[in-house]
Amino acid sequence: MADLTTRFAGIESPNPFWLASGPPSNCGDQVQRAFDAGWGGAVWKTIGEPIVNVSSRYSSVDWNGLRMMGLNNIELITDRPIETNLREISEVKKRYPKHAVIASLMVESRREAWHAIVRRTEDAGADGLELNFGCPHGMSERGMGSAVGQVPEYAKLITEWVKEIARTPVLVKLTPNVSDIRTIARAAKLGGADGLSAINTLNSITGVDLDAFTPRPDVGGQSSHGGYCGPAVKPIALHMVQQLAGDPECGLPVSGIGGISSWREAAEFLLLGCHSLQVCTAVMHYGYRIVEDMIEGLSNWMDEKGFRTLDDFRGLSLARVTEWKNLDLNYKIVARIHPELCIGCGLCYIACWDGAHQCIHIEGASTPERLLAESRARSAQTPAVVAVDTAHTPLARIPKVDERECVGCNLCWLVCPVERCITMDRVDSGQAAESWAQRSEHAAEP
Amino acid sequence: MTNEQQFAASFAEIHPPLGRREALVEANRCLYCFDAPCSNACPTHIDVPGFIKKIASGNPGGSAMTILNANILGLSCARVCPVDVLCEGACVMHRYNQRPIEIGRLQRHAMDYFYAAGRRLPPAAAAKPGRVVCIGAGPASLACAATLRQRGFAVTIFDSRPLAGGLNTYGVAEYKLRPSDSLLEVELVRSLGVEFRLSAEIGGELRIKEMEEQFDIVFLGVGLGRTQPLGIPGEGLPGVVDALRFIADYKMHRGALVGRRVVVVGGGNTAIDAATAALRLGAEEVHTLYRRSETEMPAFEFEYDLAKREGVRFHWLTQPVAIHAATKDNAAVESVECVRMDLGPPDRRGRRQPQQVPGSNFRLPCDMVIPSIGQSRLLDFLSQFRDIRLAGGVVVVDPATGQTSNPRYFAGGDCVNGGREVVDAVAEGKRAAAGIACILAAKAEAMLEDMHG
Repeated sequence: MADLTTRFAGIESPNPFWLASGPPSNCGDQVQRAFDAGWGGAVWKTIGEPIVNVSSRYSSVDWNGLRMMGLNNIELITDRPIETNLREISEVKKRYPKHAVIASLMVESRREAWHAIVRRTEDAGADGLELNFGCPHGMSERGMGSAVGQVPEYAKLITEWVKEIARTPVLVKLTPNVSDIRTIARAAKLGGADGLSAINTLNSITGVDLDAFTPRPDVGGQSSHGGYCGPAVKPIALHMVQQLAGDPECGLPVSGIGGISSWREAAEFLLLGCHSLQVCTAVMHYGYRIVEDMIEGLSNWMDEKGFRTLDDFRGLSLARVTEWKNLDLNYKIVARIHPELCIGCGLCYIACWDGAHQCIHIEGASTPERLLAESRARSAQTPAVVAVDTAHTPLARIPKVDERECVGCNLCWLVCPVERCITMDRVDSGQAAESWAQRSEHAAEP
Repeated sequence: MTNEQQFAASFAEIHPPLGRREALVEANRCLYCFDAPCSNACPTHIDVPGFIKKIASGNPGGSAMTILNANILGLSCARVCPVDVLCEGACVMHRYNQRPIEIGRLQRHAMDYFYAAGRRLPPAAAAKPGRVVCIGAGPASLACAATLRQRGFAVTIFDSRPLAGGLNTYGVAEYKLRPSDSLLEVELVRSLGVEFRLSAEIGGELRIKEMEEQFDIVFLGVGLGRTQPLGIPGEGLPGVVDALRFIADYKMHRGALVGRRVVVVGGGNTAIDAATAALRLGAEEVHTLYRRSETEMPAFEFEYDLAKREGVRFHWLTQPVAIHAATKDNAAVESVECVRMDLGPPDRRGRRQPQQVPGSNFRLPCDMVIPSIGQSRLLDFLSQFRDIRLAGGVVVVDPATGQTSNPRYFAGGDCVNGGREVVDAVAEGKRAAAGIACILAAKAEAMLEDMHG
């Protein structure tokens, strides 16, 4: 079985799955239960001068009947005294010496304040520190969280303060609410950070109550922007960790965060260079128990692919991310519909006509409008009660791709509900590979 | 428990409504097919994916209007349609190795919302010249009348019974459709401004002449006649009640006396309705006789399954030849004398004809017999109308317009198709309405031209 042991910026854990700083890592009891369930580490919910939270804190985006595709929260850092949190960190570390316990920290932007909290946290036994420069709501209004993380100079300065006295590895947690996340990462590196955590949550308003007219979450008839997370943000997070891991100027290891809810996303973050993985929303949705499948699924996949350790495939996909201008313009794929799997839903057909390039056809109909009209005319004449063949799609309903016109956009394949019914197959374009960059260069040659 | 409560409990709906959350989950399963097979399989061509997505989006009022725009009897069709062989039978989900979308129950969800919320249809179009009379107040006439009225024509419906709705009110098993629900739809049609003349006398030379003077177009939606007689001795005994009368009686009186051992004769859907109703009304045993075998039985499979589940016993290849009274002085039914049948060679239509097995007579003890071997044709009634061509006892119409051989007469529903589903009657009523509207519009134009000469 694959070895999932993780070493990230000098912090070790039995597996790469850590609780991200947030409600699931709010107190010692929770973290111990999480470790019992199988989590390899936990980033403690941000410790600082206790705050007062509002009631009504989360809101979500549901999609087609599925709950919490995206979650938004306006909860602040811990509302428990610093000493309580630190005492519990000591207890957890005593009981779980092999698990990683990282303290997320956020205090006012004074050197003494940072020095004090770092000293106390390390004395409590934390394996590392994560500087919360990312929280986009509430704390940022008080000059903390993303207010620090959006200004490279501040991020560098505070990292320097921490590094003046820190004995354990220092991670900087980055906010995605910037135009280029690499500028902050580079500042953290200059400040002496040992690693990065990315991404924190995105500024968001999840929706508006159409009866009360109040955006959600509703706090007494008002709302405030929150931090967006959950499955919906994974693509944004993947892009940002790729930018960080692929940036030679930054060169710090990354703990990946953002929409990880199963081993599949975990593998994706690892392939794009991450060293550990942090999870919050999926635990808020389903509980700590999800880690069992994350560990098992990742191990099985690694066994299948012949990877023994995480290092065997970490960053493997980074080299495959390039600028658009380097992509081969002569690489050609076309959609192929496999009739034996087609259920005749017509979704590829209408998607291609209305949303793509009008190259999927149904025999005998020149346009979707004609198709509808002809179907209506035909069915008006057939007897009402028909013996329906529930096993086979009538040949006339199976769309056909005009491969000469197909641009290989993938849309039909994406909308098709049946796995492998539509495949995107490579065809020989008859031309040698050539990128836009090469073509421009050739064109510029005399 | 009061009688009504007990009756309601015995006849609880077999397809209970979906809860709001349930409906949402089910609606979200729909793939939203393009040129959807379910819509094509619906005789009225309801935009099924369209109305389902409106449920999913939280627009049940819009969903109901999508249904009603295609089928004014959306509420009853949602309850009585044989969806297995219509929309749900055509659902692509079958080929996805999954359950089809519960289209019928989703339609019911939207329609129940419409009526519970007290929603109304948009007002009829501006009045247009042209008066139409619909004879019979069943589904075909209701659909025809509503469509014409929505387009601005004046419509009057005549029916000989005290309540409108036809078989929807009187003839559908209670656990599928309640009279009160059928009457909601009648009220919806009335709300459009359609005039109803109920308990009316129809027919007779004078009345027909009068009607032809008063109205420009006549739509015949008269359905079929009474249950056909068995044509065997003993049929007149008091314990013999035909299926349609039996069903109408128990529905109207919210209960009926049934025998302890009931024999239903026939293998159609109405026979099943009668058999299961007899059980619900307290019969200890219900036997169904059918002269062919299980495979030839015309009832839908799900109807047959229901009857079997409820304990109806089926006797295949069995035909009644006489009904016997207890004694000469006591007219109570004592037994049905039956004969065994054999299936002979296929006839011209490929159907194997049953033949009696000589000497196989036996008696099935019972105290009530419910003949249900199909409805008779209204030959005498229909032949009163001039120049209307009939074939096989039903009215011949132009399949595109519903027009009969007499251009002022249109027809639809069971009197044309020989007895099919409610949704077919609605489709035919709609089709005739379109045909009638064309003729009336042409007539109005011709009049205008005359005036301006």
